Amino acid sequence: MKTLRDVAVGETVTAKKLNGEGPVKRRIMDMGITKGVQIYVRKVAPLGDPVEVTVRGYELSLRKADAEMIEVE
Amino acid sequence: MSVKIALAGNPNCGKTTLFNALTGSNQFVGNWPGVTVEKKEGKLKGHKDVTIMDLPGIYSLSPYTLEEVVARNYLINERPDAIINIIDGTNIERNLYLSTQIMELGIPVIMAVNMMDLVEKNGDKVYIDKLSQKLGCEVVEISALKGTGIQKAAEKAVGLAQSGRKAEIVHAFNPKVEDVIANVAAKLGSDVAEEQKRFFAIKLLEKDDKIKEQMKSVPDVSVEIKQLEDEFDDDTESIITNERYVYISNIIGGCVAKNDKRTMSVSDKIDRVVTNRWLALPIFAVVMFIVYYVSITTVGGFLTDWTNDVLFGEIIPPAIQSGLDAIGCAAWLEGLILDGIVAGVGAVLGFVPQMLVLFIFLAFLESCGYMARVAFIMDRIFRKFGLSGKSFIPMLIGSGCGVPGIMASRTIENDRDRKMTIMTTTFVPCGAKLPIIAMIAGAFFGNSGWVATSAYFVGIAAIICSGIILKKTKIFAGDPAPFVMELPAYHWPTVGNVLRSMWERGWSFIKKAGTIILLSTIILWFLMSFGWEGGSFGMVEELNESILAKIGTAIAWIFAPLGWTQAGEGWKMAVAAVTGLIAKENVVATFGMLYGFAEVAEDGSEIWGNLAAAMTPIAAYGFLVFNLLCAPCFAAMGAIKREMNNTRWFFIAIGYQCLLAYVVALCIFQIGTLFTTGAFGVGTVVAFIMIVAFIYLLFRPYKESETLDVNLKKAV
Repeated sequence: MKTLRDVAVGETVTAKKLNGEGPVKRRIMDMGITKGVQIYVRKVAPLGDPVEVTVRGYELSLRKADAEMIEVE
Repeated sequence: MSVKIALAGNPNCGKTTLFNALTGSNQFVGNWPGVTVEKKEGKLKGHKDVTIMDLPGIYSLSPYTLEEVVARNYLINERPDAIINIIDGTNIERNLYLSTQIMELGIPVIMAVNMMDLVEKNGDKVYIDKLSQKLGCEVVEISALKGTGIQKAAEKAVGLAQSGRKAEIVHAFNPKVEDVIANVAAKLGSDVAEEQKRFFAIKLLEKDDKIKEQMKSVPDVSVEIKQLEDEFDDDTESIITNERYVYISNIIGGCVAKNDKRTMSVSDKIDRVVTNRWLALPIFAVVMFIVYYVSITTVGGFLTDWTNDVLFGEIIPPAIQSGLDAIGCAAWLEGLILDGIVAGVGAVLGFVPQMLVLFIFLAFLESCGYMARVAFIMDRIFRKFGLSGKSFIPMLIGSGCGVPGIMASRTIENDRDRKMTIMTTTFVPCGAKLPIIAMIAGAFFGNSGWVATSAYFVGIAAIICSGIILKKTKIFAGDPAPFVMELPAYHWPTVGNVLRSMWERGWSFIKKAGTIILLSTIILWFLMSFGWEGGSFGMVEELNESILAKIGTAIAWIFAPLGWTQAGEGWKMAVAAVTGLIAKENVVATFGMLYGFAEVAEDGSEIWGNLAAAMTPIAAYGFLVFNLLCAPCFAAMGAIKREMNNTRWFFIAIGYQCLLAYVVALCIFQIGTLFTTGAFGVGTVVAFIMIVAFIYLLFRPYKESETLDVNLKKAV
């Protein structure tokens, strides 16, 4: 099972499923990461975390721990 | 007829710019009751009877952040006559997500697509009429920055509000979801207005607990929830969120044409350099250096020194004094005016110039988009101890002066991170604490450089340990802190917006922090200049005879375990620590007065001998640490009060700081004494128990709560 955490910088993936529950999941979905959306992993912060992704035409940053909730392909 | 119009939209969509353009100087800035979320209200230019309410910038009407709950409670309970929903034209897809929720509230909505100039520049197209047709509401193009189209948008909103035409919901989800929503809506009682039924039905399906507080009767919808969850194999909250985005994806193709041959935008190019893996940290350091250098060291520092030393030192007090002398004013009244009121006003205003310079920088960094990158770059370090990446700025500024440092915490959106930052910022030794450090280093440690160095390490350690301990406590564990943050495109802010933000923050300091600073200064002046001399109560010449000295004597026992009471002079330490509340550098001057010197050098070199006789070096170091960590000066406390916007939190912050200072000073003295002299007593045992308790608090396991545990009933 591949999650957004494992995606290398510069790759584009499609969100398959979101795991977990509660505020963090809702927030991630509110920000536009829902099933079937394309996610481009743009860069990793200088200290290795969080990551910056492009989704629905804008830039979003999220922590690797939260990125793990997002299954991709 | 008076009309109320609410502005709603995502953060960074240009909402504040539009609000400023619509209302001009006719604004009232305050807080939503009980919470630190800013509340802005104003009158529409040229329409005295039209009130514009600027709601907090939000991405959704979920129940998980303060801003969202405040905004939706306002929309449900106050029911504005119309909503202007501002949409960032360069980022329509995500912005429409909030729109689909706002339109379910049954309030007339007009959509203002902002930043149309940028859209055109990018070579994109937004078909306004198609958008309007698909969404079932009127849509206008605006550029809040250039002021185009805003008048039209406002007039349409006023017209819509007066006509009272309800928004029609034309968007629809999957038929299976729609059926369930209809079933739930049918179950709702008559206390929910017809046009709001869809909103409430969806919220109930989403298992939104906060909505139940708004309803008189709550129907049981567990069957419907189960039905949906089985059908879609997901939780209802996610199903609905998903449906919204599916709907948006379906209509967006016909309404927006993206330029295929898009080259990298200027913003992308800037970002490639600014958050580059290797360049990000050096660039960050340079930016921080400039902010610090200009606002604390040079321009701001110079202005503040001038206000403190010249304006409120050489110009105003002598002028008032000669005036009072001329009219033969009584000595006590002259003292009250000069040492109480004027000194108090000076203490408030003295910080203002420095603060305004800093606020210009903060407003610029925030509105150009760099502040979000600061959080992005520094998050990894700071989140470990419960702080935000943005906490770096308050702490850096705090090393110059805690007052603007605390005020700088305003840039942190997350409530928990902000409160934590406010509580810990003043642990960093500020400029006014340096004379105390110099005094202790000179009197006890032969001017050794490690005293000052260690003071900074003590401050940093206090921040880190406090962060870890506090985030595990009940009061902080309640609020979730998801770090899922938009990195907005860079843009050049307008001078007007930067200046307005600077002034709003500066003014709120003067107004809210000013009162508490002034009052405390006057009270302390009274305690210091009145007392019993020669058997009768009155104004005293010597500080030794004052009420404060009596209080110091009465409370000296509290500090006995810290080793301040040797040679029976513990009360002097207590008095000095109390006068340090006016300004930390006062500690040195107070020692001078108590030991009979009219004036001492900044590092108090005249009294080094007296001090060395009164305390052991270990106790003196404890005294230093106590003064570094305990409650800051009145000005900083005023700032804490202002930024917490809550009396209970203010006392929690001050109480925590004093308690920590006491415990650390106690441990230093007791354990230090054990090592140097071998003396072992009750105090030593207490110190060890404290250390064990401290380690337990530091390393105990905890689980971050996932619910927003804030009572919002009072809000709105």
